[in-house]
Amino acid sequence: MPTVHFTDAEGVVRDIEGNAGDSVMETAVRNGVPGIVAECGGSLSCATCHVFVREDCLDQLPEMDEMEDEMLYGTAVDREDNSRLSCQLKLSEDSDLYVTTPETQV
Amino acid sequence: MSATNTSATAAPAAGSDGTVRTGLLIIGASQSGVQLAVSLRALGFEEHITLLGDEDHRPYQRPALSKEFLQGTVGSESLIFRSNEYWAEHNVALVKGERITRIDREADGSGVAHAASGAQFPFQRLALTVGARARKLELSGADLDGVVYLRNADDALELKARLDDVREAVVIGGGFIGLEAASSLHKMGKTVTVLEYGPRLIGRAVGEETSEYFLAAHRERGLDIRLDARMNRLVPAEDGSRVAGVELDDGTVVPAQLVLVGIGVVPNIELAEQLGLAVDNGIVVDRHALASDGTTVAVGDVANIPNPLPGAPEGERIRLESVNNAIEHAKVAAYSLMGRREDYAGIPWFWSNQADLKLQIAGLTLGYDSTVVRRDDGRGKFSVLYYRDGRIIAADCVNAPLDFMAVKNALAKGQNIPADAAADPAVVLKTIVTDG
Ligand SMILES: Cc1cc2nc3c(=O)[nH]c(=O)nc-3n(C[C@H](O)[C@H](O)[C@H](O)COP(=O)(O)OP(=O)(O)OC[C@H]3O[C@@H](n4cnc5c(N)ncnc54)[C@H](O)[C@@H]3O)c2cc1C
Ligand code: FES
Repeated sequence: MPTVHFTDAEGVVRDIEGNAGDSVMETAVRNGVPGIVAECGGSLSCATCHVFVREDCLDQLPEMDEMEDEMLYGTAVDREDNSRLSCQLKLSEDSDLYVTTPETQV
Repeated sequence: MSATNTSATAAPAAGSDGTVRTGLLIIGASQSGVQLAVSLRALGFEEHITLLGDEDHRPYQRPALSKEFLQGTVGSESLIFRSNEYWAEHNVALVKGERITRIDREADGSGVAHAASGAQFPFQRLALTVGARARKLELSGADLDGVVYLRNADDALELKARLDDVREAVVIGGGFIGLEAASSLHKMGKTVTVLEYGPRLIGRAVGEETSEYFLAAHRERGLDIRLDARMNRLVPAEDGSRVAGVELDDGTVVPAQLVLVGIGVVPNIELAEQLGLAVDNGIVVDRHALASDGTTVAVGDVANIPNPLPGAPEGERIRLESVNNAIEHAKVAAYSLMGRREDYAGIPWFWSNQADLKLQIAGLTLGYDSTVVRRDDGRGKFSVLYYRDGRIIAADCVNAPLDFMAVKNALAKGQNIPADAAADPAVVLKTIVTDG
């Protein structure tokens, strides 16, 4: 089972088992993980699914395209080098991802 | 913000028949109803919540129905808002497939909702998140087999099931849903004609420059778009069994094995009318999502709300049909049900994906008096900025997320983006915002 470990801005950790093919955003939202809003439901339009990815997990992830890159300039909490939009991060069977959610998404 | 607690701790009401009526009944289990339940639990609302809807599906997100779901790139499970476990853990009773047809009410606001099935749902407080339904086409032949709408999951499933037999499709209506669906069908290899009654595309929601941009862009991508289209009737196949085309007023027939009607929606105001609530293009609510009885909340597509844009003139009203509005409006309503009075937060925004055109709209164009167009064809970017008395109030941005974000953030902070400087498409909008 792919697993995503969500740490919120206060440091609370939630380990959520997901399904291969689902995005990190979907895994969070369906299970009510706070800290991810995802207004647009994953269509890369809202930038309210921002996460910081732990550095050693970054190379598990697909490259970001130009749209995601530009959207990241509009996040509520400023982007960092390890910022991604979680709706663009699809889980595979052996994903084991550590991400931190920002203080706010809107 | 005042904190007089009216609902969360009030004693259960007893109806005139003696039954005890507790909790909140939310009628309509979609974007607004789901958000209302979620926000209430986040705020610590302790009473029982029943989230009731007439559809047979778990609550799901609609936007993909005309886009990724129609194209088959996203499955139905991805559209579901929350897992069943989430609702159970949060003490929200989800009721599917029950259509409320009548509501009996006591003077204190409590009452019983009666479903078509005969089932009864007692409540102490009531929320109407009943949304809107597709406007029906009134034209000879409109009831033929093969004439479809796209408002809910059943519509989308029906549409998908028919596609194998469709070579040519006509989309009636050049608004968001029509153009999204037309683009999806075209991508799936169908020949698509869009018939728009009005003189321009998306006329209700965007200005002329954006309409023109979309017209040219869609024609370039292969859609046959007819503006000012007048139709005589929908033409049946020879054996009369199904639709075969659309006859225009010059007598020509556009052949189609599928006619998708996307001519707007009608708010579901019937229950509100029956309750005697003020209704005018939706259920009229105040800044706190309260209907005219001062206790029922009405949220989302069904609500006629005061223009929520900061600085908008007093008394200006609007009914918004968007995910963002459903979410933000539900939050306002959740506070009201907790006895708190909060204003609408954030800047209204909207998105629409049509082929490779990603439209993002920030703000509301209501009352604009001038525009600035920023166009960079080399990079495929296009934005229109809308101004009212020299202040920016909205922007339509196509494949231009930086512009969208800059305008949305400026509006949120009460800042302006001066029109003269913004006219140069090479200028990064974020760098020219001014305070006040
Ligand atoms: C195909 C499509 C694409 C869209 N794309 C976008 C987009 O890209 N971006 C965007 O921002 N918005 C989009 N929208 C709009 C967005 O989905 C709506 O604004 C949103 O769903 C409104 O939510 P709501 O809960 O207020 O109303 P609705 O979603 O209409 O939900 C109301 C619910 O109440 C139920 N109901 C009504 N009457 C009764 C009754 N008497 N008893 C029981 N149940 C009842 C209805 O069946 C329905 O399930 C799209 C909509 C559609 C249909
Ligand atoms: S969910 Fe909207 S951009 Fe990711």
